[in-house]
Amino acid sequence: MPDRFAPGDAVRTSTADPTWHTRLPRYARGAVGRVVELAGHHPLADDRARGLPGTTQAVYHVRFAAADLFGDGDHAVTVELWEDYLEPADPSGGTP
Amino acid sequence: MSGDHHGSSAISERVRHVEALLEARGLVDEGEIDRRIDEFLAGGSPANGARITARAWVDPGFRDRLLADANAAIREVGLSMAGGLQEQRLKVVANTEDEHNVVVCTLCSCYPIALLGPSPAWYKSEAYRSRVVRDPRGVLEEFGLELPAATRISVWDASAESRYLVVSRRPEGTDGMSEEELAGLVTRKGLIGTAAV
Repeated sequence: MPDRFAPGDAVRTSTADPTWHTRLPRYARGAVGRVVELAGHHPLADDRARGLPGTTQAVYHVRFAAADLFGDGDHAVTVELWEDYLEPADPSGGTP
Repeated sequence: MSGDHHGSSAISERVRHVEALLEARGLVDEGEIDRRIDEFLAGGSPANGARITARAWVDPGFRDRLLADANAAIREVGLSMAGGLQEQRLKVVANTEDEHNVVVCTLCSCYPIALLGPSPAWYKSEAYRSRVVRDPRGVLEEFGLELPAATRISVWDASAESRYLVVSRRPEGTDGMSEEELAGLVTRKGLIGTAAV
């Protein structure tokens, strides 16, 4: 399957709060960031932690403005996220 | 989020118990886990990260290659990220006058042991892991690093498969120094981003 996102794309992270292990940190849930670059393809950690085969999918560096994560701050935080955690977002934050 | 990795006797007991079970069931030989850990740590040292930084300072072409594809570039100085079970992706970020980078693993303590040696206790502490993403400027000040207000701070959370290394800015007044001397200036904190160099 081709990668869903490319550098520069605006993405919104999932708001789901799974009961299992996930690598989408809580502070980065439901936030809009921008894809910096592809970081390879790896089995989804959420699957592997549950003993499932784990679908291999794209992992991206996604950069967030601190204000979009915490409500304030002038720094940036780049998190490494599996494609499963991401949906396309309007860069202006206009998507519901 | 797991707690502090140090000083937890309950965790140590559980680890010993699991290790004993693995040995009792013949899944690993006696002492094999310790030997594997020793193998993994062997050769891991911040001196490796320092060599990478010094080469990046003296060789702009190497610096460009390092930032574009770190796994390939570090082979030029005889290093590799392939020491573990699988080669890990290395992402190198370089500080500039405008931007300072700092690395954390908020979910546990991921860290490029081969290039930085075993991670310091503070890197694994819940305080560092939770606070540096929220208030990096304040945390860096506690490390004694005061950045100009105009310098942007970029925090990198090692939340998946990549490991990170920060190339600090070359200090002023080091024009006459050899690559080896320059490497001697680089510290483990500098490679993580909690010190200037």
